[in-house]
Amino acid sequence: MISLTSLIFFAAQPRFLEQVHRTGDHMSIAAETKNRTQWARIARDGLWSNNVVLAQVLALCPLLAVTGTATNGLGMGLATTAVLVASGLLISMLRGLITPEVRIPVFVLIIAVLVTLVDLGLNAWLHDLHKVLGLFIPLIVTNCAILGRAESFASRNRVMPAAFDGLAMGLGFTCVLVVLGAIREIIGSGTLFANAATLLGERMSFMEVTLIPDYRGFLLAILPPGGFLALGFMLAGKRLIDARIAASKRRETGVQAATA
Amino acid sequence: MQIETPATSAGPFAHAPTSIQRTMVLVMLALLPATVFGFWQFGWPAIFLFLTTLGTAVAAEWVCLRIAGKPQRRYLLDGSAVVAGWLLALSLPPWAPWWIGAIGALIAIVVAKQVFGGLGQNIFNPAMVARVALLISFPLEMTSYVRPLPIFSPEAPGFWQGISISLGQGGFDAVTGATLLSHVRTELSQGGTLSDILPGMAHLFSGAIGTIAGSMGETSALLILLGGGFLLLKRVISWHIPVALVGSLALIATLMNLYDADRYAGAPYHLVSGATLLVAFFIATDPVTSPVSKSGQILFGAGCGILVYVIRTWAGYPEGVGFAILLMNACTPTIDHYLRPRVYGRDRRGTPIEYADNAEMRK
Repeated sequence: MISLTSLIFFAAQPRFLEQVHRTGDHMSIAAETKNRTQWARIARDGLWSNNVVLAQVLALCPLLAVTGTATNGLGMGLATTAVLVASGLLISMLRGLITPEVRIPVFVLIIAVLVTLVDLGLNAWLHDLHKVLGLFIPLIVTNCAILGRAESFASRNRVMPAAFDGLAMGLGFTCVLVVLGAIREIIGSGTLFANAATLLGERMSFMEVTLIPDYRGFLLAILPPGGFLALGFMLAGKRLIDARIAASKRRETGVQAATA
Repeated sequence: MQIETPATSAGPFAHAPTSIQRTMVLVMLALLPATVFGFWQFGWPAIFLFLTTLGTAVAAEWVCLRIAGKPQRRYLLDGSAVVAGWLLALSLPPWAPWWIGAIGALIAIVVAKQVFGGLGQNIFNPAMVARVALLISFPLEMTSYVRPLPIFSPEAPGFWQGISISLGQGGFDAVTGATLLSHVRTELSQGGTLSDILPGMAHLFSGAIGTIAGSMGETSALLILLGGGFLLLKRVISWHIPVALVGSLALIATLMNLYDADRYAGAPYHLVSGATLLVAFFIATDPVTSPVSKSGQILFGAGCGILVYVIRTWAGYPEGVGFAILLMNACTPTIDHYLRPRVYGRDRRGTPIEYADNAEMRK
């Protein structure tokens, strides 16, 4: 059932495939042709320069749905990371067997199976956590970033780089979720990591901070428009930092050229 | 990266002695009677809220211009930030605490205006964005209205009491009063009929004069009308949007009133209550967020009028002008795409008009 709905979901997104080809290609080619894996580059791509949200602008549906608090963002991010790593591993292993014509349905099937496993596993062993995140776990299937990595990286690279790419992408996604959730939570309700104890266990209850006591709450930040606004500011922030870095690099090379 | 605007189309262009500054000053002049009346009615708290909102708007504009590296003096002196703050202040409950005005001004200037690139680039009317954001975020403060207490009357709060009200400390017993719209709505939902709720024509009279509970600047329909007439006379606005808005609202209200007079109030009620006229003359006519062509403006105004009626009558909020304006602002690019003004020398489809001597030259 899940795989069917997600298949329909992906089919309804023509932009998605285009995106995969645009963002993914250069990297896998670079990794294969040099015949040695560029771990640092994979890590940098996942965490910053090709970040799922900030650069690819994928996975907005779960992103905006769960980031009402930083805790929810963290839980969602970790679950997504698990699925990303596992799907990277599996698809990279099976990439010789999957013919290009049927690759998308097969990828979706694998991802749906993994998400169902995570869902059932959490429900069985971490029931309290599942109660908090239960609604959001099936949403991971509709996360186009996972299919995106399967298509553009895992299906073209060896097993270890594929798993590492999943990890880097997942952690980058988690960072964005936590930051966005924190921004919305602080502005919206004046707390940070509320209910972290339910997610991470009683030992982590020190993370629950009330930053602004007697805060009246700014409801807009918690509501979907607040998510879009905060995401917009984050995207602008990334561009600003990138532009600053590029400018300082240009200045350095300029100085070198002048002295040489 | 600067987005280059394409070269403007070919002329002929005529020079007119207008500027943004002149337009904004005229708008402020037109708003003055209703504003002063609001001050008189609601006293010191209203004055403090007004000053806070305007001050925050100008300060936010200055900071944004500084960050963006734009000339601050020129853009600040054009008065657009003052007008945005002014319109926002007029749409707030007069005794709201100071931070409502400050947060509203920040939303209006930073989020609704400067993030999009400043004056002329915003999609949505800044004052209405701020009002709707405040209404959603702080429903309690944004729906606590007081009955008018003329400023120097014995019951009205004095200067220091006014400050403490603005600081949100309370301690002053004001008579809270529901606005006409929310009162009628509550009574209707409890099964009352309009003929019981609105006995006679007294409410129309007080709505026109403005001696009712309401936002700071929207209570007096007549003074707003006066300001709107002044703007029309000075050709700051054209008649298309206000007439279409008021006309469509009056038409649909009359039709529904004929259908069931006990549940749907007639046109005069809708015209004098709430912010109908303020929006029709001062907010819907914002040249940045309304269509360019005359036919587009009529469509825009009519859409606003219908949405105002629909939201007031069937949706969750008693007053719907803010939402109506934002929804129609979102439609403006589409309207502009399909209803373009005719280019000089071309027909509506954009093909050049054949002139007689043109045809002769070709022979």
